[in-house]
Amino acid sequence: MKNLVVIGAGMAAGRLIEHVSDAGGWDITLFNAEPRGTYNRIMLSPVLSGDKTYAEIVTHDDAFYEQHGVTCRFGERVAGIDRAAKTVTGTDGVPLPYDKLVIATGSDPFMIPLPGHDLEGVIAYRDLEDTQRMMSLGAGHKAVVIGGGLLGLEAAAGMHARGVDVTVVHLMGHLMERQLDEAAGYLLRKELVGRGIKVLCSSNSSEILGADGKVRALLLENGTELPCDLLVMAVGIRPATSLAKNAGLACGRGIHVDDQMITSDEDVLAIGECIEHDGQIFGLVAPLYDQAKVAAATLTGAEAVFVNRETATKLKVTGCDLFSAGDFAEGEDREDIVFRDPARGVYKRLVLQNNRVIGAVMYGDTADGSWFHGLIKDATDISDMRETLIFGPAFQGGSALDPMAAVAALPADAEICGCNGICKGQIVTSIEGGAHDLDAVRAETKASGSCGTCTGLVEQLLAVTLGDDFQMPTAKPVCGCTELTHEDVRRLIKSQELKSQAAVWQELGWSTPNGCHTCRPAVNFYLLADWPVEYQDDPQSRFVNERKHANIQKDGTFSVVPRMWGGITNASELRAIADAADKYNVPTVKVTGGQRIDLLGVRGEDLPAMWADLGRAGLVSGHAYAKGLRTVKTCVGTDHCRFGTQDSTGMGIRLEKALWGSWTPHKVKLGVSGCPRNCAEATCKDVGVVCVDSGYEVGVGGAAGMDLKQIEPLIKVATEAEAMDYIIAFVQLYRENAKYLDRAYKWIAKVGLDWVRETLANEVERTRLLDAFALSQSIYQIDPWAELAGEEEAAKFAPLADLTLEAAE
Amino acid sequence: MSWVDIGALEDIPLRGARKVKTRVGCLAVFRTDEDTVFATSNVCPHKQGPLNEGIVHGTRVTCPLHNWVFDLETGEALGADEGRIATYAVRVRDGRILIEDAVLNRAAA
Ligand code: SRM
Ligand SMILES: Cc1cc2nc3c(=O)[nH]c(=O)nc-3n(C[C@H](O)[C@H](O)[C@H](O)COP(=O)(O)OP(=O)(O)OC[C@H]3O[C@@H](n4cnc5c(N)ncnc54)[C@H](O)[C@@H]3O)c2cc1C
Ligand code: SF4
Ligand code: FES
Repeated sequence: MKNLVVIGAGMAAGRLIEHVSDAGGWDITLFNAEPRGTYNRIMLSPVLSGDKTYAEIVTHDDAFYEQHGVTCRFGERVAGIDRAAKTVTGTDGVPLPYDKLVIATGSDPFMIPLPGHDLEGVIAYRDLEDTQRMMSLGAGHKAVVIGGGLLGLEAAAGMHARGVDVTVVHLMGHLMERQLDEAAGYLLRKELVGRGIKVLCSSNSSEILGADGKVRALLLENGTELPCDLLVMAVGIRPATSLAKNAGLACGRGIHVDDQMITSDEDVLAIGECIEHDGQIFGLVAPLYDQAKVAAATLTGAEAVFVNRETATKLKVTGCDLFSAGDFAEGEDREDIVFRDPARGVYKRLVLQNNRVIGAVMYGDTADGSWFHGLIKDATDISDMRETLIFGPAFQGGSALDPMAAVAALPADAEICGCNGICKGQIVTSIEGGAHDLDAVRAETKASGSCGTCTGLVEQLLAVTLGDDFQMPTAKPVCGCTELTHEDVRRLIKSQELKSQAAVWQELGWSTPNGCHTCRPAVNFYLLADWPVEYQDDPQSRFVNERKHANIQKDGTFSVVPRMWGGITNASELRAIADAADKYNVPTVKVTGGQRIDLLGVRGEDLPAMWADLGRAGLVSGHAYAKGLRTVKTCVGTDHCRFGTQDSTGMGIRLEKALWGSWTPHKVKLGVSGCPRNCAEATCKDVGVVCVDSGYEVGVGGAAGMDLKQIEPLIKVATEAEAMDYIIAFVQLYRENAKYLDRAYKWIAKVGLDWVRETLANEVERTRLLDAFALSQSIYQIDPWAELAGEEEAAKFAPLADLTLEAAE
Repeated sequence: MSWVDIGALEDIPLRGARKVKTRVGCLAVFRTDEDTVFATSNVCPHKQGPLNEGIVHGTRVTCPLHNWVFDLETGEALGADEGRIATYAVRVRDGRILIEDAVLNRAAA
């Protein structure tokens, strides 16, 4: 066995070792300055934002190294290479001989040598230690990030997700200027600012200010002082070449290598971000994986050539969907095709030269990214499809709308997984070879195994390739009338501005003339939630309870539950209920679990008259039958209870008065308790408020039906008004986004509580939600009982005809 | 066959139904999206659900209690469920709904 020594256990080295140990024949020693083996560095951002844990991003664990016989020397920085003796020296000072050496030391983050850059609390963003440092900052602290590129923005968004007050300082006029043009940079900035991240472009830093050796603020050239507890510099990286340089290897910006990854010494190879190949240096993983493959081949005596290829960029910040590839600088012989949809925040731009796409930038809707990327790489002549080019592959050839068409239309060599350089053809081959689910495809091809943004595409390939044999995990059609999912339908109703049922059936290609009992109530809800002004609610598309505004019973009679705001009633309301019970021979009067009274067993014909009687006493529909606001349970709070901290009863009443009458994807129940003893059982409601001395703890996503769920904290605020705003905005967000018949907790499980929190924390968005809710309430907050108790409507509750008395002819 | 007037077409909502009381029991009279009218027994063979309260889609109705679906032309339950509701002849003349008088005759018999 020959000795192979590898310096650096980063992403390139990890991949190299897999290939080399597959081939065998080497005794491998792996040095790493970081005290750990290979992990997926690009996933540090999801770790930072809390979407992933470190354990989830480890790609090579102890078991891997053991199984492959790799001697690990982690936490050891190689101090020197003696090429004449063919040894390397670690921290123990003992030279270790090698037959072949691979240098994979990656990059060093560049630190601008501003005065104060060596203060405690000034860090880069490169490894787990940096990430942990940011994670430990704690909500409410302040951070400044210098650099508005990919890394800086991921750092900023990650810290912001943890409640840190973040300011990004960027030298250039727009964010990510290397990947985005000005328009896309603008949209990105708007999104981040909307979330509450401060962004200063065209800003030059002049000095880092400290106190007691610790960073205290960043001073800008214009005199502005930005106070901070942590300062992250993310302004660029430099290939880590010092070790190679000291060993006398030829270096430019990086370590010079040839097409076989061999340095100026034939026994020393180099791969990864530390190298320079053909004048190029590297900063994304896709080419490094190719280098690892080539180096492994070189080591095992096989022939392989490294060819640099076009790579595309995506930003891993949830909710910021952007894509860029190729060259999009303006030029005389270049033309642009631009598509904008300001309302949706969508921007797409293609740069053409000689009828070929040479660059693509997209923001807001990047689904067609890999198709455009393929056109760029293949220099496809697009003259024939120029007119519809910007709409993506699904529109080429006329047929639109099938969500699968786009991926089906991709050629076999279209790249699907940018990180690992996996093309459609390879994935399809592996699926046809028996990899029938995502995990299997991942295990076999590595596609979607790195940053994961192509997971959806891989799933679509599974669906296209396997047809009916593949069950799309999230894509269940609404019902037999359509192939579309609830989410698709909601999205299309909004984006295509479909404002009537007829438009939905027609434009979305329903297979039945007017739906069925499953899809019609859902579509009716989506239309009225998205277009409260334009769309007219259709009672015939509602389940009987919502059409009759009473719960149907097993014998065809109904139950009547008037509202009792916050569970509070009085003698005259009770008298009216008692009178109604007498007058209409109500067999059962029951106190419900929702703090009000149910009159059960009422005949359908009697409903309007009973409602009219109740209405005269001021009682309105309790919507006990509705996918809408049900009850707001309260406890006695400060009014009477010796432990009460806030006016829980009053707040419950005010919430019920604000929310009643609104239609929601499923029922919505609230509870307000005056102290943590929680007598209103607020913690198992869709929205629950627990009052404490210092304010209001608002939680969401509770339930106590078929699933028992405790609420999860949404926010804690000092005033009732703020709490009400958050709650109403939450209900509106749920109305706008959830699938019909998903209780709030099910919806939250799909979109993530973090997303809900982030969206609501954004003041602009919160205000928009409040306005949208108010608009809807101006139309829908009416007492349906009062409406139906009128003579004309009431007649419809009686039989159309009574022929029992008619004589036969 | 002779016919009995039971009301105006407009009295039934589009894609809706109304109940008619007869001596043979309650009937449901349906009006489809395309203004076709059907009459059937109002009683679901499953657990007596009132079919006039169901959702009308195409020429079908879904029972409000447990979602059995019936074809209004034949009265047959669709899908996995087995059962049938009686159907009666109806027609629309000058905006009035007429039902076969068998519903009266049979009662008299
Ligand atoms: C009347 C009442 C029981 C009682 O006598 O106390 C009741 C009665 C019914 N509940 Fe309930 N629920 C009643 C409180 C509750 C509660 C307790 C509460 O709200 O604090 C729960 C558990 C809390 C929760 O919702 O998370 C509850 C969980 C359910 C569920 C399961 C929901 C789930 O998501 O798992 C259903 C089924 C459904 O909605 O699909 C249901 C459905 C029903 C229906 C509507 C069944 C139906 O479709 O016919 C019952 C109607 C009876 C009628 O005709 O009035 N009922 N139901 C309560 C009316 C409260 C009110 O004033 O509006
Ligand atoms: C936060 C973040 C997000 C990123 N996101 C993306 C992305 O979305 N897409 C993408 O394509 N790329 C992304 N990148 C870039 C990507 O991570 C790098 O391109 C890749 O990790 C480089 O691999 P490498 O093996 O060359 O170097 P590294 O992974 O940096 O590994 C080098 C290793 O060598 C060790 N080392 C250095 N000198 C010595 C020595 N003398 N002795 C022993 N060990 C030494 C270092 O400690 C380090 O562990 C991101 C990077 C970061 C930091
Ligand atoms: S628990 Fe609720 S749904 Fe079940 S029988 Fe009782 S009232 Fe009806
Ligand atoms: S009673 Fe009609 S489906 Fe059960």
